[in-house]
Amino acid sequence: MKVVVDFDKCESNAVCMAAAPEVFEVRDDNFLYVLQEEPPESLRDKVEEAASTCPTGAITIEG
Amino acid sequence: MEHIVVCGASLAGLRAVETLRRDGFAGRLTLVGAEAHEPYDRPPLSKDYLAGKADREKITLRQQGLDELDVDLRLGVAAHDLDVAAHTVGVGDDTVAYDGLVLATGAHPRPLPDQPDLDGIHLLRTVEDSQRLMTLLGSEARLCVIGAGFIGAEVAATARGLGRDVTVLEALPQPMVRGVGETIGSVLARLHRTHGVDLRTHVEVRAIAGTGRVERVELGDGTAVACDAVLVAIGAVPTTDWLTGSGLTVDNGVVCDATLHAAPDVVAAGDVCRWPNPRFDDELMRIEHWTNAAEQGLHAARSLLAGDAAEPFTAVPYVWSDQYDVKIQCAGRFGGDDRIEFVHGTADDDRFVAIFERHGRISGVLGFSQPRRVIQYRKLIADLASFDEALAFAAANP
Repeated sequence: MKVVVDFDKCESNAVCMAAAPEVFEVRDDNFLYVLQEEPPESLRDKVEEAASTCPTGAITIEG
Repeated sequence: MEHIVVCGASLAGLRAVETLRRDGFAGRLTLVGAEAHEPYDRPPLSKDYLAGKADREKITLRQQGLDELDVDLRLGVAAHDLDVAAHTVGVGDDTVAYDGLVLATGAHPRPLPDQPDLDGIHLLRTVEDSQRLMTLLGSEARLCVIGAGFIGAEVAATARGLGRDVTVLEALPQPMVRGVGETIGSVLARLHRTHGVDLRTHVEVRAIAGTGRVERVELGDGTAVACDAVLVAIGAVPTTDWLTGSGLTVDNGVVCDATLHAAPDVVAAGDVCRWPNPRFDDELMRIEHWTNAAEQGLHAARSLLAGDAAEPFTAVPYVWSDQYDVKIQCAGRFGGDDRIEFVHGTADDDRFVAIFERHGRISGVLGFSQPRRVIQYRKLIADLASFDEALAFAAANP
């Protein structure tokens, strides 16, 4: 599984950080950082929730 | 289950369909939508789309299309005549039998009582509504917005960004005062006025008047606001009128249990769903916000497949609103009477975070352009942290 963020769409709402803090972190500079671009399968549910609740649809999962 | 019907083809309905397929449901899927469009995103309708900064394609919710979901699309027809006992629902001229049903018919804007039939009076829900408003904002029209809630405030901000003259009328003493209290309400009022909105609070709208088309809004104090267009943004009502006689309990939404079941094999999601949230002492909630629709669509689909083994939906409500250059974010449950504490910044700053207390717990958080922190406090709310623990967290993370 590979996490792809479209940073042109991302508006740093940080909803992904609530769903999958192991993978997504919005820092004090208000930018999103992807902590693991290829997270383990054990995080798939959380990453899928992050993708489907991103207000701007900026997150996609490949594989 | 062989056949699942999803009524409502907006965000909640789409997320339900996607989840059903992702979780391995291989039977027939029918998606029914009253609008003639594939699912599209509504938040931009009061912001970027209205401003002409996002085209029609950009607000399509599922950019890759619906093909791989293998769903029978019934768009441009409303569902009707649901019979829960018989497991049937009307779709256009057909009566369709289902094994599982997802109700996600959303809500529609409430008009004013005795709203006259004049050109230039707008409600905002659909992409067509937004297009009509967009055409208007492209002219020199003076806009009068009735209601200073999220939709009214966002349209006002967008219209000001386009250089239009905007008056906002609000019945209460401050914008959104019932939801966020006097202190935050006054911050929102200042935000609008700083950006040139003629915000008039504590006013009574007596009538919208004009000959053929709107010319003015008459107020309770005898004055009037001259305008070329009016947006009525005084709230929404859940779209449940078609459920009379269905066998479901309808009371300000479809009343569900904590797992989002409204009846055996029937679940609800999004604006139309009213459910007891275990995270907030089983308070019956109905949430008209984007994130809730997305999360509930997902959860309702899983609940439907799980049947008796379904789990409760315990999300902490979250909403964002972009107005001018501020990202306003709220999470949790709070009202104007709850104790409020500014934990980062103050009401006079461009960026701040305030938290709300109810029954000794942190019940809500509201931030101006502080997304990271809002989400951190949302986590504390989800963890049922005490208000003191939240204050301690704030002190430890200045």
